[in-house]
Amino acid sequence: MAKAKLEELESPAMLEEFYRQMVFIRRFEEKCNVAYRLGKIGGYMHTAVGMEVTPVGFNHVLKPTYDYIITAYRDHPQPLLLGSDPVAVMGEIMGRSAGLSRGKGGSMHVYDIEKGFFGGWGIVGGHIPLGAGLAFGSKYKGEDRVTLCLLGDGAANQGVVFESMNMAALWDLPIIFAIENNEFAMGTRLEYHAADTELYKRGEPFGIKSERVDGMDILSFIKDAKRIVDWVRKEQKPFVMEIMNYRYNGHGAADNDRQLYRTKEEEAAAEKRDPIARLEKVLIDRNIMNREKMEAIDEELTDQVEAIYEAADASPFPDASEVYANVYTDMDPEKGH
Amino acid sequence: MATIEMTYRDAISKVLAEEIEHDENVLIMGEDIGRYQGTFRVTQGMFEKYGGKRILDTPITEAGFTGIAIGAAMVGLRPVVEMMTMSFSILAMDQIINHAAKIHYMTGGQAKVPLVVRGPGGAAKQLSAQHTHCLEGWYAHAPGLKVVAPATAVDAYGMLRTAIRDDNPVIFTENPGLYTIKGEIPDDKDFSIPFGKAQILHEGNDVSLIGYSRMTQVNLAAAEALEKDGISAEVVDVRSLSPLDMTTINASVAKTHRAVVVYEDWKFGGFGGEIAARIGEESFDELDAPVVRCGGLNVPTPYARNLELECIPDVDDVIAAVRKLS
Repeated sequence: MAKAKLEELESPAMLEEFYRQMVFIRRFEEKCNVAYRLGKIGGYMHTAVGMEVTPVGFNHVLKPTYDYIITAYRDHPQPLLLGSDPVAVMGEIMGRSAGLSRGKGGSMHVYDIEKGFFGGWGIVGGHIPLGAGLAFGSKYKGEDRVTLCLLGDGAANQGVVFESMNMAALWDLPIIFAIENNEFAMGTRLEYHAADTELYKRGEPFGIKSERVDGMDILSFIKDAKRIVDWVRKEQKPFVMEIMNYRYNGHGAADNDRQLYRTKEEEAAAEKRDPIARLEKVLIDRNIMNREKMEAIDEELTDQVEAIYEAADASPFPDASEVYANVYTDMDPEKGH
Repeated sequence: MATIEMTYRDAISKVLAEEIEHDENVLIMGEDIGRYQGTFRVTQGMFEKYGGKRILDTPITEAGFTGIAIGAAMVGLRPVVEMMTMSFSILAMDQIINHAAKIHYMTGGQAKVPLVVRGPGGAAKQLSAQHTHCLEGWYAHAPGLKVVAPATAVDAYGMLRTAIRDDNPVIFTENPGLYTIKGEIPDDKDFSIPFGKAQILHEGNDVSLIGYSRMTQVNLAAAEALEKDGISAEVVDVRSLSPLDMTTINASVAKTHRAVVVYEDWKFGGFGGEIAARIGEESFDELDAPVVRCGGLNVPTPYARNLELECIPDVDDVIAAVRKLS
């Protein structure tokens, strides 16, 4: 969709769109969790339940498919919002030939390069220099793209993050280092992994403008995100954003004992801040939508996700010949055992 | 074709400058390569001529700037990263092996990484243990990378052009001991040498001396010395570790029936072991003696010159290895 003007960001149509997108992502992620437990998805898989505001908000203030987006392994929502074929997204997560990488990347490595989505990376913090490189590339070519580089609070401690921030400031790279602070580096709480828990300050030593924003309220987030994206595009300089949110699921699908690092009471309290419930209240208060309509939308999107899953599940596993393809652009690797 | 005599170092400088002029997406980045003119002077004069956009001085943060080069390559630039020494590329290994080498594959062919990482690998003179690594074997171990190690000025010239125009990440290892050797370079701005082709630099019938980078020069000197003793050695210059040209290596072994694999890297677990194993698998019936490896001593490289020289295979070591076969 086209980039929205600020006043349009709170129009009834826009709020309905936010709602649809956030519910769609949640239902998609929940379906992934179910499929994982059924053995239809393997390996490591990380869902964004509770963290829907960030991708949905940015999707409306960036120029989709023109701007670059790069993230870590919690990478299902972005391509879905950019208009990637959802069956290809689910197919990749399920390791099928219909997947965006024909099943060779998996849940942690979803890419849709044509749409400006650069994945999808498994080494915590490892993709941050790549993000700076995307911004370097667009600046080198004289374009006015913005690169959104998403990372978590755990990644914010990695050495390459500081190296990248230094060079981004040194060379005025148009990149947003968006630190999603969901309070946990896998199973280690923020106060046990970060000497200074105000992560937005990580940009300050480099003279990078930095700000902490609420990542659970789509209405405030979208205004913050728009202001920051517009500034980065205009100034062609970096920005550090700390987005405060919460991860309702475990770190990954294999994390099945959350009580090792947080209590059920804490989770229940966090659920009261649920960004979808919060938006539902706004929709009701402003007479934009009633509960019936919301339920109808939810049902429609749940059916849609089910159909996506069925279509992906109908796709065959990749052909054996696929194993050697794409190691190099122009030759095969050494073959055989 | 007309040729020009120049050093290995100047051949590299020449092709870098030609490719900067040939393609606006080519840029060179690294530590002290611009204003300081490059630690080994490979980029001398280029900052003044081409400016800071194309000849980019970086902070001393190998992982960070290599990652930036990889990201930039994904959106169409063709960065050439200079490692002040290849030993420093260990800091960037996560970016090179865990990212660059896998991107084309993990994206199912959606993204390409036309990146060159080049610089001196191996011992110079008394640089001690942390500046002397031969890492080409580490890199050749990783699928998705191409790895080349030219031994002559003309190969450096032709293979670096191939590296820069390649759409895959290429590790281009030089050796400090090679920078001053001279050779004839074709006067041709499109001259290139394809990867994956070994070459015979000295014909012989009794034993194949197989090596790459500076060890090829050692093998040539050893072949000359052996000739005086009536032993005819064939020098096989591997040039390209990945892709590896086993056809030429096997053909040489079929002719000489004996093979010594020479490499500066630590002998234990080094790339020479891969070549030796492949000869064993593919040319067993041709061999009149076991394949012998002649590699660097398995120690961190010491500072004292006499000890350092002891670690690196030299002509005497190669001759001793050949003598083991008779």
